[in-house]
Amino acid sequence: MPAGMSLIVKTVARLAVSFITVFGIYIIIYGHLTPGGGFAGGTILAAGLVLLLLAFGRQRARQIVTHEAVITWDCMGALGFAAVAVLGYVAGGFFVNFLARGEPYHLASGGTIVLSNSAIGAKVGAGLFGMFWALAAFRSSRTKEEQP
Amino acid sequence: MDPVLWVLLALMAFMIIGSLIAAETDDLLSAVVCVGAVGAGLAIIDLFLGAPDLAITQIVVETLSVVILIRVVLTRKDETHETHKDTLLVGGVLLTLGVFLVIGAWAMTALHPFGEPLLAGEGGGVASDYLARGLAETGAANYVTAVLLDYRAYDTLGEATVIFVSIIGAYVILRQKGRLHHAGGNESHR
Repeated sequence: MPAGMSLIVKTVARLAVSFITVFGIYIIIYGHLTPGGGFAGGTILAAGLVLLLLAFGRQRARQIVTHEAVITWDCMGALGFAAVAVLGYVAGGFFVNFLARGEPYHLASGGTIVLSNSAIGAKVGAGLFGMFWALAAFRSSRTKEEQP
Repeated sequence: MDPVLWVLLALMAFMIIGSLIAAETDDLLSAVVCVGAVGAGLAIIDLFLGAPDLAITQIVVETLSVVILIRVVLTRKDETHETHKDTLLVGGVLLTLGVFLVIGAWAMTALHPFGEPLLAGEGGGVASDYLARGLAETGAANYVTAVLLDYRAYDTLGEATVIFVSIIGAYVILRQKGRLHHAGGNESHR
């Protein structure tokens, strides 16, 4: 992969990625109040990282987020969601909402739903971005085999 | 007829045409673009049917997958081969498809009417129950999330597991270390 795209693309990407990331986090955290949730928000986060990777090239993207970090976040999200499920036994059963319901229509409501959404968001975002990365690495290793 | 229904029918026709072009075109890039158009049409249909959660997820996933597919298609050597189309085979497929369509259309008449879910039947049903008690029981203002992550969280755990396992599987197949080792092993044999 060449070292990224042109200066115009890099400048626009640098501006856009922060907004995309903030929007993805908003979609995840407000999933229990507005349309959206962990899956959609995680995909938006992954799309922002993909934009970063495409605009700046693999070397620069690796300095921001490593492949190991992506895999770690993926597994942590999956484990976190399972942990929320198992922690339900505190209140009596699998997936029982053990936190306080909170005041409706406020951010601090819904009990474990916010935790589940965050875990799914981390899982889906890291997973999809890791998929894209794996495909790019697959391509480069093939060209490495073909070139010599 | 309801104007929304006309819009839905037009969108469905657009999606069917897009899928046909995607399946039949010779150019891979055009096929990917058509797949993206079909996904965008589905997102608009979701909006018209009153499912904004689904529409957001659909449009986002579609966009990301089109980006990934274009990235793969643009850098991939085109190794497609021209296939010979047997007239008898195509005729047989069309005949089977026609029979299937007729039987399918006949079976559709026996289904419950569209837009009147069985679960919201007389006496409340499960759907009305969710709507009546969802906010008090889960504290989530978005009933879709309340069902997904509270009432039916076990299903969501299964879906998350499916994604997790498929991504792990893709890592295993695409991992660089094993591929390089494999390539090196082949070279030493030669």
